[in-house]
Amino acid sequence: MPADAGRATGGAAVRGSDIIAAVKRCGIGTVVALPDIVTSDGLLWPIARDPALRLVRVCKEDEGVSICAGLSFTGTRSLLLMQHTGLLDSINAIRAVAVEYALPVCMIVGLQGMEPDREPPQSQKYGVRIVEPLLDVMGIDHARLGVRGDEARIAPAFDRAWEVSRPFVFLATRAPE
Amino acid sequence: MMRRDECLKVLARHHCGEIVVPAYQAAFEWMAIRPHPLTYLGTGAMGQASSHALGLALGRPDQRVIVLDGDGSLLMNLGSLVTIGAAAPRNLLHFVCENGTYEANGGHPIPGAGRVSFAGLARAAGYRSVHEFADLEDFGARIAAVLKEDGPVFVTLKVVAGDAYPQDFPALHDAEQRRRFRAALAAA
Repeated sequence: MPADAGRATGGAAVRGSDIIAAVKRCGIGTVVALPDIVTSDGLLWPIARDPALRLVRVCKEDEGVSICAGLSFTGTRSLLLMQHTGLLDSINAIRAVAVEYALPVCMIVGLQGMEPDREPPQSQKYGVRIVEPLLDVMGIDHARLGVRGDEARIAPAFDRAWEVSRPFVFLATRAPE
Repeated sequence: MMRRDECLKVLARHHCGEIVVPAYQAAFEWMAIRPHPLTYLGTGAMGQASSHALGLALGRPDQRVIVLDGDGSLLMNLGSLVTIGAAAPRNLLHFVCENGTYEANGGHPIPGAGRVSFAGLARAAGYRSVHEFADLEDFGARIAAVLKEDGPVFVTLKVVAGDAYPQDFPALHDAEQRRRFRAALAAA
């Protein structure tokens, strides 16, 4: 159960520019990504245009898990950006590389198809509904990224992921503005 | 056709402290043939060696990174060829030991065994240079020059299994080994 369970989903959507600023604040300079329709306009396109960020586009999300793992051994902080379908497709790599090897793989995952008036575990969509329980079963810390102000949780969460060498997942419940 | 361990012995003679990311059977043999602190064993899930190597290569452009992939492994992460071709790290050398089988999983043939051209796939994916070796003498004569090329470099080694080496799976996933690698890389 995430710390923000039961939290209101209303209010203005988080700004992509605020997410990017928060990501940079915790020392992330490389983003590994596959396009996700939730974060495409508000996050991935601005990242692609940002000369201060290196964007590595991958063909499949489990590649991204391993690229971030390899980068972590060099002391390079990175972010893996993907859709929840990609997370589901990458479970084995996340299990082995991020969880069992205890590596700071930091992820922002768009919940594609998430209904705005519901919480993820109450989604009508099976694929969305299972994501948080799945992360709980895997022992992966996670939080939601939806409304303005949520970006303030990014740097502490990712800094902590590096400090304790564990993965962390932010679930984008709404499209960033 | 060459024996894989003989190929790795040739490669070991030219190894100058590059990071080596070996997958499965190649890992067992490389550990025995060329034990070295800059061997990265923790690739976790089958097929992921090339992607770990890309991360290492991007994070440490001052270090050369050699992947010792398997053909079955590469088939599980074929998109990584395109990703690597696009990222174009000059310090990445991607070797594939092609024996046509899932050797660690019962020796079953890979799809397309004997028909698929991994060198052709790598070339089409944008690797800067591509080589294919089926003769040990030829490999021995040209490997020094290949190792000096700008990456991404792709090398297919047409191999059969050689001597039996201990399949030390726990070593692949050993936390202490990862800690030693991290420390060695920080010092390199």
